[in-house]
Amino acid sequence: MKPISSLKVALRALQINKMRSFLTMLGIIIGVGAVIVMVAIGAGAREMIAQQIASMGSNLLMVVPGATTAGGARMGGGSASSLTSDDAKAIKEECPAVKTIAPFWGGVTQVIYGNQNWNTSVTGTLPSYFEIREWALASGRNFSDQELAGAVKVAIIGKSIVENLFGSEDPLGQIIRIKKIPFTVIGVLTPKGQSSYGTDQDDTIYIPLSTAQKRVFGSRLPNRVRMIMVQAQDLSLMAAAEKQINDLLTQRHKPQGDQLADFTVRNLTEIMATAEQSAKVMSLLLGSIALVSLLVGGIGIMNIMLVSVTERTREIGIRMAVGARGIDILFQFLTESVVLSLVGGLIGIGLGVLGAELTSKFTGWNVVISILALLISFFFAAAVGIFFGYYPAHKASRLNPIDALRYE
Amino acid sequence: MENLIQVKDLFKIYEFGDIQIPALNGVSLSIEAGEFVAIMGSSGSGKSTFMNILGCLDVPTRGSYFLSGNAIGSMSRDALAQLRNQQIGFVFQGFNLLARTSALENVELPLIYGPTPARERHHLAKEALVSVGLSGREDHHPNQLSGGQQQRVAIARALVNHPSIILADEPTGNLDTKTSLEIMQLLTQLNEEQKITIILVTHEQDISTFTRRVIQFKDGLVLQDRLQHPKKTD
Ligand SMILES: Nc1ncnc2c1ncn2[C@@H]1O[C@H](COP(=O)(O)OP(=O)(O)O)[C@@H](O)[C@H]1O
Ligand SMILES: [Mg+2]
Repeated sequence: MKPISSLKVALRALQINKMRSFLTMLGIIIGVGAVIVMVAIGAGAREMIAQQIASMGSNLLMVVPGATTAGGARMGGGSASSLTSDDAKAIKEECPAVKTIAPFWGGVTQVIYGNQNWNTSVTGTLPSYFEIREWALASGRNFSDQELAGAVKVAIIGKSIVENLFGSEDPLGQIIRIKKIPFTVIGVLTPKGQSSYGTDQDDTIYIPLSTAQKRVFGSRLPNRVRMIMVQAQDLSLMAAAEKQINDLLTQRHKPQGDQLADFTVRNLTEIMATAEQSAKVMSLLLGSIALVSLLVGGIGIMNIMLVSVTERTREIGIRMAVGARGIDILFQFLTESVVLSLVGGLIGIGLGVLGAELTSKFTGWNVVISILALLISFFFAAAVGIFFGYYPAHKASRLNPIDALRYE
Repeated sequence: MENLIQVKDLFKIYEFGDIQIPALNGVSLSIEAGEFVAIMGSSGSGKSTFMNILGCLDVPTRGSYFLSGNAIGSMSRDALAQLRNQQIGFVFQGFNLLARTSALENVELPLIYGPTPARERHHLAKEALVSVGLSGREDHHPNQLSGGQQQRVAIARALVNHPSIILADEPTGNLDTKTSLEIMQLLTQLNEEQKITIILVTHEQDISTFTRRVIQFKDGLVLQDRLQHPKKTD
């Protein structure tokens, strides 16, 4: 019998038993669908973390006020003891493992241009901030030393600020009012998009640190900064930098007796690496759960094909009586199971892609559907069909014609 | 005339643990091409067992079987399948049609497993249905046909590959008297006009009067083998 005839016979048999065919496919549909969704979620999480790492900058340490326990819970945060610009300057000058620093200080406030107004975060920092975060200017320039020294009222704005306040107008050289204080726009940042937490990273304004401290967000403690971002010379010097900063600040802040240190150095790169690792583990876990469900789908195909062989024993007998060879019967049943798993695989891919999109829509999670994942699950479905279809097909092909014909 | 079928000392013994049940006890006979033979005998006398061996659906425990001069005992499963496809047509008591499958597709079945190109199958199957008087019923499923019509579909399926032998095991067993006679007329016509060798099993005296030769089975042995003047069909 020619392969094309064999395919026709198999398709006809599937068509005659539509309901059974559908139920058989269900396992594969669910299995492949699950693989697609799970892999998409896993890949999405990993991509998000990778983006976060890229947008954050590399070899980063963050010095934050307040102590942390080993478990990471903050204690005494927001107490009077705080970090200052002088701490930042000292870190830069006295820690050899540190390449550069960017302390910052700011808050959320109202910004006005013309008759437009907008609430956004305004952060005072140093020019090095953009360097550390690998954030380029789309137009204009960075803060100058004079502007920093003189607490000059200049601002660098994000893409979303341009869109919300200026529309199509060129913002460079225009005056915006931050807390009613007039600022000249000297730069526009390139867009960075959404952060992994879903916030708009471009909805932000930067001003010189001194300007923020003295003119906009005053504090009882002069020169106070919220945090100090530190970039180490090299990845291998992260630990050294961490120790040098700890030593330096302990010496500067002098905690009394059993009092805890009032600052903490966090290794952001390490935290990210941990997050990356756990995302990897998670996507592996998700993938293997999905593979198991695909395997279960395959076993489902085998079960139903076995039942089908028993149920259709007489049909097999009739076919053999009129001249079907063992191999014709083998091909018919094998083709049936392969067609079932391929069609099931295709439907599963469709539903999986849909499911991944819906998941992303309703949970806000990042999902990544890769062609490779689609191809692999499709071929896996085919392999499942051949593998689990072979045993029942072989069993059918070995029947004795007379036993098959007489089967009740 | 050449012997189409020759069997010698055919035994078929079923074993259940220690118990042996002999279904055939040393049958020897030959049948020539073009004969019309009735095999008779009481229930359990081994008629079906004998027919299944003749049809290469089953193998004897002992003994030899030559079909057109070929030793069946030495042939592979695949070769036997091909032989059934090309040389033998089966008609069963219970029709054995594929359910939920049209009459035409049922008749096409043997063609699928043979060398006939796909585009000729429809035409040949239709012709076979016409020759058994079933034109216009191509698309009917078995459950939409009467018993007599289903048996005609089965005969068309047996005929479609132009076999040299038709083996019919109680073909009228499930049919009423009138329909049985119609089926017998059809078989007689095939034997006379197409010279197809027909061997049929029956336990009804009326049915056996249509054939020229009657072989009587008893306890797995040939009790009597006689010739008669067949009843005229028209
Ligand atoms: N598959 C089988 N297994 C065991 N015994 C069988 C089988 N087929 C037939 N027999 C036995 O062989 C004998 C002959 O059976 P069978 O050829 O069917 O007789 P008939 O067709 O003449 O009524 C019976 O005793 C029957 O019980
Ligand atoms: Mg019988």
